[in-house]
Amino acid sequence: MAARVPVPVSGTVNSTVTGTATGTVTGTVSDAADAPVNASVNASVSGTAVATVRGLTRRFGDRTVLDGLDLTIERGEFVALLGRSGSGKSTLLRALAGLDEEVEGGLEVDGSVAVAFQEPRLVPWKRVRDNLTLGLNVPDPAGRAEAALAEVGLADRARAWPLTLSGGEAQRASLARALVRDPGLLLLDEPFSALDALTRITVHRLVLDLWAAHGPAVLLVTHDVDEALLLADRILVLDGGRLAHEWTVTAPRPRHRDHPDLLTLRAALLSALGVTPEGPA
Amino acid sequence: MSVVELQGELGGAVRAGPRPRPRSATARGPRRGWHRWVSPLVVVLLWQLASTLGLLPARLLAAPSQIAATALDLVGLGTLPTAITVSLERVLLGFAAGALAGVGLALVAGLSRAGESAVDPIMQMLRALPFFGLIPLFILWFGIGETPKVLLVALAVSFPLYLNTFAGIRGVDGKLAEVARTLRLGRAALVRHIVLPGALPQTLVGLRQSLGVAWLALIVAEQINADAGLGYMINDAREFLRTDVIVVGLLVYSALGLLTDALVRLLERRALVWRREFLSR
Repeated sequence: MAARVPVPVSGTVNSTVTGTATGTVTGTVSDAADAPVNASVNASVSGTAVATVRGLTRRFGDRTVLDGLDLTIERGEFVALLGRSGSGKSTLLRALAGLDEEVEGGLEVDGSVAVAFQEPRLVPWKRVRDNLTLGLNVPDPAGRAEAALAEVGLADRARAWPLTLSGGEAQRASLARALVRDPGLLLLDEPFSALDALTRITVHRLVLDLWAAHGPAVLLVTHDVDEALLLADRILVLDGGRLAHEWTVTAPRPRHRDHPDLLTLRAALLSALGVTPEGPA
Repeated sequence: MSVVELQGELGGAVRAGPRPRPRSATARGPRRGWHRWVSPLVVVLLWQLASTLGLLPARLLAAPSQIAATALDLVGLGTLPTAITVSLERVLLGFAAGALAGVGLALVAGLSRAGESAVDPIMQMLRALPFFGLIPLFILWFGIGETPKVLLVALAVSFPLYLNTFAGIRGVDGKLAEVARTLRLGRAALVRHIVLPGALPQTLVGLRQSLGVAWLALIVAEQINADAGLGYMINDAREFLRTDVIVVGLLVYSALGLLTDALVRLLERRALVWRREFLSR
């Protein structure tokens, strides 16, 4: 149902996508984990930042999960955040979502933020459409919700109860609930990890389409290297509580995982994550 | 899945009653229903036989035929309808007062930490009190009229409703509360759209429990100095060894109990339709 033709992403949607096709991987800014990248190095490309994080620190007891992290996300940019489990990816996302009141440091988000979680987290006692209109302060919220559902291919499920949806449908509804708010920043917390492989491909395309159509900045937290390579303009690796690595991906969309640039980058990413193709390093 | 979480841990000493189950009995097919009537019918026939043969004297237990005849007489004379009206009135009044108190206190305790520390310790202490043991005090305080009977019912009703509603509120999935925050719901909207509907399944469990004890409390209350109602009818019959009247009274009690239980089930089916469709899939 959601098998739509991917809309080619043009340079107007995202200022960091040059659209000059051949797509070279503009190298590793830093490979040393102890020399954290100030992600704002790319900020000069264009546009204004939608989110600016400076010296963000989060401690859980004695454990410091985020340690003076700096990050800038540009308007309309698609950023993927990778990191080993426990590296603080979700902690950073929760801080950006305003769900964590105990973070220290500077955190500035310009415009509205919407979140799609790993589990779709639809409110089970509200019909799908009413999940979308929940807290939606616009004229004709119902009409907006119907339109958003049509966009994710769920027009005929508007009056369904969330518990009757399949995993893919529920995740699409969750995406629609986030996007109907027209966010400046869309936070995706591993929203594809619970989907089966085929559904995941469809939803990947859908996310790219929606991103192209609405142009929010996206921060995708994921543990899937290929997912990051297929979707993102910029890939960050979180390690030791800071952004340890950063890559810009310029390969044109729709991308194939055997694109030579992506293959090169994949090896670099895996090694940054402490994994070699033969197994753990 | 979230339903399970919603029903999840109920915090502390609270024990939830049986969850409303999917209607598996009917799913097995109504065609086999008559089998279930065979053994009760045989018992009634044996009972009738024993009475007719004089093995079971009427002063111990009247014959089923005698009981049926007496029931018709009591209805004809107006004794039974009057008694039922009086008893129903007591239960309804007591139930309304108890439900108001139980649910009201649960809201106070459930929705704020301050409310919890003010209300919950007292409720937990009162809960440990054997409330039928309060009858002597109630008679001293309120005399032997309607007040102590209604109050006893109210007291009995309030605890299951309090405990279950409180547990229901506290058992609401924290992840949904996070969703509400990311959707920018205010506190009032959070309570209205997330907390109260989330607590409803558990509250309905409490409702069924409380109706059960409401009838029990009524029966006990009507044993003391009643001058009208089903309990009075039964006590009066005991003086004259009218076991037929006693059994009619008991049957009416259980019929009324089943009736109110059926009403709650109906309410459950309507209120929890979002879950029913899921369970019946």
